[in-house]
Amino acid sequence: MTTLDELRTFLPAEDFQPADVPALFPAAGRRYGREPLTEGWTADEAARALMLAAVPPSEIQDIYRYGDTAEKLAVLKALPLLPIGDEGVPLLEDALRTNDTRLVAAALGPYADRLGRQAWRQAVLKCVFMGVPLHLVHRLSERADPELGAMLRAFALERQAAGRDMPPDALALLDSLSPQEA
Amino acid sequence: MRIFDPHIHMTSRTTDDYRQMAEAGVRAVVEPAFWLGQPRTNPGSFTDYFDSLIGWEPFRAAQFGIRHHATIALNPKEANDPRCRPVLDLLPRYLAKDGVVAVGEIGYDSMTPAEDEVFAAQLALALDHELPAMVHTPHRDKARGTQRSLDVVKESGIDPGRVLLDHLNEVTIGMARDAGVWTGFSIYPDTKMSPGRMVAILREYGPERVLVNSAADWGKSDPLLTLRTAEAMLAGGFDKDDVDRVLWRNPVEFYSQSGRLDLSDAPDPDVTFAGNSILRGGS
Repeated sequence: MTTLDELRTFLPAEDFQPADVPALFPAAGRRYGREPLTEGWTADEAARALMLAAVPPSEIQDIYRYGDTAEKLAVLKALPLLPIGDEGVPLLEDALRTNDTRLVAAALGPYADRLGRQAWRQAVLKCVFMGVPLHLVHRLSERADPELGAMLRAFALERQAAGRDMPPDALALLDSLSPQEA
Repeated sequence: MRIFDPHIHMTSRTTDDYRQMAEAGVRAVVEPAFWLGQPRTNPGSFTDYFDSLIGWEPFRAAQFGIRHHATIALNPKEANDPRCRPVLDLLPRYLAKDGVVAVGEIGYDSMTPAEDEVFAAQLALALDHELPAMVHTPHRDKARGTQRSLDVVKESGIDPGRVLLDHLNEVTIGMARDAGVWTGFSIYPDTKMSPGRMVAILREYGPERVLVNSAADWGKSDPLLTLRTAEAMLAGGFDKDDVDRVLWRNPVEFYSQSGRLDLSDAPDPDVTFAGNSILRGGS
């Protein structure tokens, strides 16, 4: 996983002052561009992560609250890099309540390790329902448990009854969670 | 044919409208913040609405290959409710967003002192944020309201070339052109303008600085009247280049003055995840 220090090497001139962040954060795309900067990070995402590192957690909540989709995605992406403990979990929960596939997928990155088991299972099932590819879910195979298997099995039965297909990645997950016959 | 609807309230429209608009050639829309059928009573109602205009609605539009931008403001009608006035203090947060291409809809509803104040304050915000202004002209006492709007615009010091005066008609276009602002026309099934009358105006005044919109919302309106106007232009002797100018290049030129209009990747319906919930019917 990328660290804040690594991101700093790509934006060496940027040392954000907390007072400047509220004005700079929404304008990051216009100021830094939206092109890939380093593996998995665009310039605006990296700049936004470094801005979030400069402000207290309460400010992060506010930035997310008033953010447009790109800003919210940048906050969710930066969460695992920030020294904020569990304080970002309500932001994941907010993203998972939306119907925007990008926000739902972004909420299931590494920071989702802090999400409770039941909320995490519901989120994975929501991905299946919305068509979010399951490879975007961090540590899926490690965290998937028999309860998630039971939920997927029930969902597969509904799909079958309706004459609709299950996404292949959900079927594969279900297979991996099903008791193997001896 | 490519169509840019520079004024449409998609919040009030269905996904079926989006589908039909995409089929009709609509590739880009601007959704101005305005009043809803039900008056709001607190600033939180506005921020949730603004969030939708810069979050959910662009996502919804993208499912149909339509690029969505917004204009943000406290509308003139609700400017009269003191409970809504604190919205003014929240506007700078939203005027900083990538997807916001103007301050609007501002202007007059009943021409009250409160409306005077809020109109002028928001023209000042447009200057501060280097954004164009989108001005609604009132439905009642329209000619006087239009003249008064032009006076307030002039007093504000904003360049008239960065102002769009909307909902104009045969009676009000003259004063708007004399003032040097962009002229917007809303084509409606019964009220405002019709495709036929729009073609007559274009014949008389030419296509310069003319924007045509459906202004479709929660009232009796039709999101395809942009297309119907284009068809009426062609039937009325205008060529395809004139149609492209009025229904695409003019709105692009006006809103590009924000420096934020992004049509580079007019979204492809397949860019987001396949089989997403909107096309399927909601999660």
